[in-house]
Amino acid sequence: MNDAADPGWVAPAVRSEFPGLGLASLEVEGPSGRSPGPVQDRLRELSNRFHGGHAIHLRQRPIPWAYRVFFRQIGLDPDRDRTPVEQLAYDRIKSGGFKSRNHLDDALTIAIVETGVAIRAFDAEKLEGLLGIRDSGPGESLEGRPGELPQGTLVIADERRPVGMLFGATAEGRGVHPATTRIILAATRVKGVPEIAVEEALWMAAAVMGVGRPVRG
Amino acid sequence: MPELLERHDTARLEALLEGDERLARVELRRQIARLELELGEFFESSFPGRGISFSVPATGGPRLLGIAELERIRDTLAERIADVRGLLEDRGYVETRNRELIERMIAEPERFKWVRVSNEDIGERGCRHWHSRPRYGIVGMLMGWWRVKVSSGCPL
Repeated sequence: MNDAADPGWVAPAVRSEFPGLGLASLEVEGPSGRSPGPVQDRLRELSNRFHGGHAIHLRQRPIPWAYRVFFRQIGLDPDRDRTPVEQLAYDRIKSGGFKSRNHLDDALTIAIVETGVAIRAFDAEKLEGLLGIRDSGPGESLEGRPGELPQGTLVIADERRPVGMLFGATAEGRGVHPATTRIILAATRVKGVPEIAVEEALWMAAAVMGVGRPVRG
Repeated sequence: MPELLERHDTARLEALLEGDERLARVELRRQIARLELELGEFFESSFPGRGISFSVPATGGPRLLGIAELERIRDTLAERIADVRGLLEDRGYVETRNRELIERMIAEPERFKWVRVSNEDIGERGCRHWHSRPRYGIVGMLMGWWRVKVSSGCPL
């Protein structure tokens, strides 16, 4: 794991429109297999703490509200394309608990539910340079997706190409798979989300990813 | 030279307009944020809000939206809030009337034979209901012995 989160970058045209927008990332070790027992226990404990009442109050809490607002401002409907924390709340209510899927997904679930911050993961070995947020240029596309991206689509990109839509699909081959050995956790910050919450979310996910792994001296 | 001046003025005008448009977008985003908060308050206070739609369709994204698109989202949010507020006011009126009905039922049960009011009718959760029914079944019905039975608890 790196000692500090990378601050990422935001293209000037996008930054001038959304002053609070940012992307912070942190590298952790893969691969992501089955979650160890303590992580599964933590997920169960989180399920017991998170009830329907929490889900109803979510949109009144500052961080989930900030993401809902940002979704509206970039043309997404947060009731259809749910924000990450609202999607997890919806799944929790529907399935009766936060289901354990794998070590990485469980770490992201814990960090997102605890902090409300939107985090996702990429395969570090498939990225070139720092991650950032920009609008797509003419003729650009997202790997694995048919057709070109409409110009001006907001994407998460490395220094070479888009690697995912902002709050949307990940480009083919850039996501984490069972053989991934180095993972980049990327947290998107929007206006109204404190920087400290973003840091907390990243470190929480990284700490959960570290559970059950040998400590290197 | 006049051509150069003209070009310079046009560029300046465009920059000013662009600056104004950016400010307009900032203001529209601020309004959207405020309206989203208001809609969220209605959502929470009216939960489960049966029959109330909180949906505000999107324009499609994620992308930088122009003034017209932001205006459309702002206006749709404002319309939705007005709709929800109207529905909640109507519902509040009906619920108040139902509470008054319960009071009158309790005071004069024989005037409200077989009338039943549930928790949902007064805007509360749970399965409790007030039911005007005769004491001792058919005997009470023939004798005019009416009372309001309060049933609580949901069936298992």
